[in-house]
Amino acid sequence: MAPTREIEPSDRLVVGVALDGAGWHPAAWLDADSAPESLFTPDYWTRLIVVADDAGLDFATFEDALRLRSFGSVSSPEDALRTSTTGCDAHAIDPAGSGARPEAVEGRLDALLTASLLGPRTHRIGLIPTVTTTHTEPFHVATALQTLDFVSQGRAGWQLRISADAATEANFGRHRLPRVEPANVIAGRPDAGLNERLDDAAESAEVARLLWDSWEDDAVIRDVSTGRFLDRNRVHRIDFEGTHFSVVGPSIVPRSPQGQIPVTLLSHSPRVHALAAAVADVVFVTPENEAVAAGASRGSSVADIVREVREAEASSGRVERGLAPLRIVADLVVALDDSSERAADRLARLDAFAGSPLSSDARIFAGSVSEAATLIQRWKSDGIDGVRLRPVSLPTDLRRIADELLPELRSRGLAADAAPEGRSLREAFALAPAANRFTARTTETQEVAA
Amino acid sequence: MTITTPHATAKRQVHLVAHFPGVNSHTVWSAPESGSQIDFSSFVHFAQTAERGLFDYVFLAEGLRVREHGGQIHDLDVAGRPATLAILAGMASVTRNIGLVGTLSSTFNEPYELARQLATLDHLSNGRAGWNVVTTSDAFHGANFRRGAFLPYEERYRRAEEFVTLAKRLWDSWDADAIVADRSARRFADPERIHRVSHSGPQFDVTATSTVPRSPQRYPVIVQAGDSPAGRDFAAANAEVIFSRHTAFEDGQAFYRDVKGRLAATGRGEDSLLILPGASFALGDTEDEAREHARHISLAQTSPQTAIAWVEAIWGQELPGLDPDGALPDIDPSDGEQRQGQVSTNVQDRVARAAQLRERARREGLTLRQLVAAETAKIEFIGTPVTVASEIDRYVQGRAADGFVLVPHITPTGLDEFVDRVVPLLQERGVFRTSYGTDPETGANPTLRRTLGLPAPQGPSGTYAVGPHPGVPAGAHLEGAVA
Repeated sequence: MAPTREIEPSDRLVVGVALDGAGWHPAAWLDADSAPESLFTPDYWTRLIVVADDAGLDFATFEDALRLRSFGSVSSPEDALRTSTTGCDAHAIDPAGSGARPEAVEGRLDALLTASLLGPRTHRIGLIPTVTTTHTEPFHVATALQTLDFVSQGRAGWQLRISADAATEANFGRHRLPRVEPANVIAGRPDAGLNERLDDAAESAEVARLLWDSWEDDAVIRDVSTGRFLDRNRVHRIDFEGTHFSVVGPSIVPRSPQGQIPVTLLSHSPRVHALAAAVADVVFVTPENEAVAAGASRGSSVADIVREVREAEASSGRVERGLAPLRIVADLVVALDDSSERAADRLARLDAFAGSPLSSDARIFAGSVSEAATLIQRWKSDGIDGVRLRPVSLPTDLRRIADELLPELRSRGLAADAAPEGRSLREAFALAPAANRFTARTTETQEVAA
Repeated sequence: MTITTPHATAKRQVHLVAHFPGVNSHTVWSAPESGSQIDFSSFVHFAQTAERGLFDYVFLAEGLRVREHGGQIHDLDVAGRPATLAILAGMASVTRNIGLVGTLSSTFNEPYELARQLATLDHLSNGRAGWNVVTTSDAFHGANFRRGAFLPYEERYRRAEEFVTLAKRLWDSWDADAIVADRSARRFADPERIHRVSHSGPQFDVTATSTVPRSPQRYPVIVQAGDSPAGRDFAAANAEVIFSRHTAFEDGQAFYRDVKGRLAATGRGEDSLLILPGASFALGDTEDEAREHARHISLAQTSPQTAIAWVEAIWGQELPGLDPDGALPDIDPSDGEQRQGQVSTNVQDRVARAAQLRERARREGLTLRQLVAAETAKIEFIGTPVTVASEIDRYVQGRAADGFVLVPHITPTGLDEFVDRVVPLLQERGVFRTSYGTDPETGANPTLRRTLGLPAPQGPSGTYAVGPHPGVPAGAHLEGAVA
């Protein structure tokens, strides 16, 4: 990839939220403020995103998976296997054994389309849908993300995820890859099925990045004198031939406002750090979590994980390829106190509803706004670039993040003031404008010729 | 028709569809008023204009590969478009009542994912989603996909049929009342109302449950455009709207009779399928002005370079030195296969087609460019707003169509004049709606299917469920199971 001009990461944290269902607690829909009957309506998602956008949160991610939640919720140690990799499902245990749980939220809308609906209804927040790679077409994934970038006028991102579970595979019915063995994943042993899925994901990301560059910015010329709408020398086939698939290109979508859409990845292990170092701009990590669900990062400090990520970067040749350092964003599940109920009490209440304590791949925090800010402050001093907050209850904890926690982080100088309207997601992550590798090639050729 | 119905005296109502200008030579990019083909603002303007005109739906074509000519990227026409589903979701955001219909391939998608996306769009638009089912199978498009050119041409419709059948089962995999959200009983969803679909066929072998609850319309409105006998049978069995090419009045009537005649065999009523031919238009204050406008559009659609490319495609070879203001080539076309993905349509017998073109040029005294304009830049409705409204009405009352898919030639403002000048005349004639019928109390918009006047999907909920969701005792929910 062509070198990009380095921008110094901001000295302020990037602060985002992860939106999912009624919140990250499976029983969150039982909260009085929840609107469980409206979880699948445009109004529900609009209300949430407007709170986040108005507050000036930098980004929102949207969870997704191509299977029912009951096949891979993170509410029990067994289910937690799935998040021991990239949030990717190592849950290859007989899916028929994991029945739907009536007390938990079930069902999901497509995240990319939800984000596309919200693009025109927001002004500065980055919209980062989860889009899986394992069973999807790289061409569709890449062009849909470009379209989101147009619809949001430069605020699209991609949370790349693989799917490794048998249930998702059965939904598609095409058996291309070896099964993932959960025991290998838990033990941190190499696993052929997982490796193939990660390699396939790397190819999907590479194809996406090639397609995103396949139209140069000035490809449309509308030159009446020659009758040409576009300059075919500035629209490129990508001719990608990988191990798993090939794609000729070019994209059907002209280069989008950001050109290169920020790619993000949730990682719990060095193997996935390496994938992030190879293809991503941002890595979400899960420090200070003793739960099995944290996978290989279980029990790791912020400093441990930052070191692991930087090591993965160093061996990936990322710097040599002119890429900016990975932005490391730490995940935190949050329940915040309010005047009527302590967060710990609310969590206990929801746990009782669910029948088991909340377990997550990310650390769970329940406490005051001030305590949350202090924790985040410490993490920042240990080297993270941002935090992604996963509200336990929606909209309750999102409102407290917007109204109280974000202002507290700002008053401590940890977070920047709200960005101006129209700021791109690349800018939010302090990523330089993306060079186009085809443009660079054309320029080099011209220089040689000259 | 000799059948008399109680409504026989009521005027048949016109349905109108707004086709976003396409990636082809019909879309004029050289005019000063021509805007971006890709910026979201163009889609906002187009969709909101169509909604202002009370159109039934906005329609998007799909292209899964940038077009080529002579092995190179075709550079003469508008190129570049958004991905269909994502732009429709964006358009759902800026409209309230109008339907949103996208063209999506049954060849280069998988049922589980596409059914889920369409159900999502139906939720996000409050029941305004539609799907134009197309079949593709060629290697040219397959080169952008994991599976490549995996599907023999003759199996396209068999896959489409199996695809739609499976998609409907997935859309039914949640009962309408599956989400109970009962706090006191601590039940969010009733697992017994969420069903696993098992399907094993030549194309698909899946065991699946959708992640998306039952959507407002249950199924998106199914649109289809194929014209072969297989395509017509597919339409009779599956489609609710046919996007037809039969725009001449008598030909339209024949097609209308043919397709509607196939419905009885599938147990469907005549009113369960609308036939909407694609049509373009040129308006003027007088008939002469309209004709002049049409001539102007045709020439703009046929640049000298476009005319030569069109002739080269038919001749199957490059023709250096051809003069657009001169005559057709003297040599006869090569008889090789036309390369896929090239501009222009398939030609069966090139030599005969060339002879036919030469004859027309000679008879009408046309230059090469004028000939190509006459052959390709066909404009169906040319006239004053009054004559165009009257002509559209005549087609619909005469059962040559149920309405039209209007294809403007300018992005994004090409529909404005039609909405401002023709729609009010159709309303005056009593053949076009004067509102969408938004619920005055709740403010709820009509579903697309209701706007189209089509019947709700038939069949009991759970009809297709052949197995319970895991965790539910076997046989717990098999009522009405027919599969």
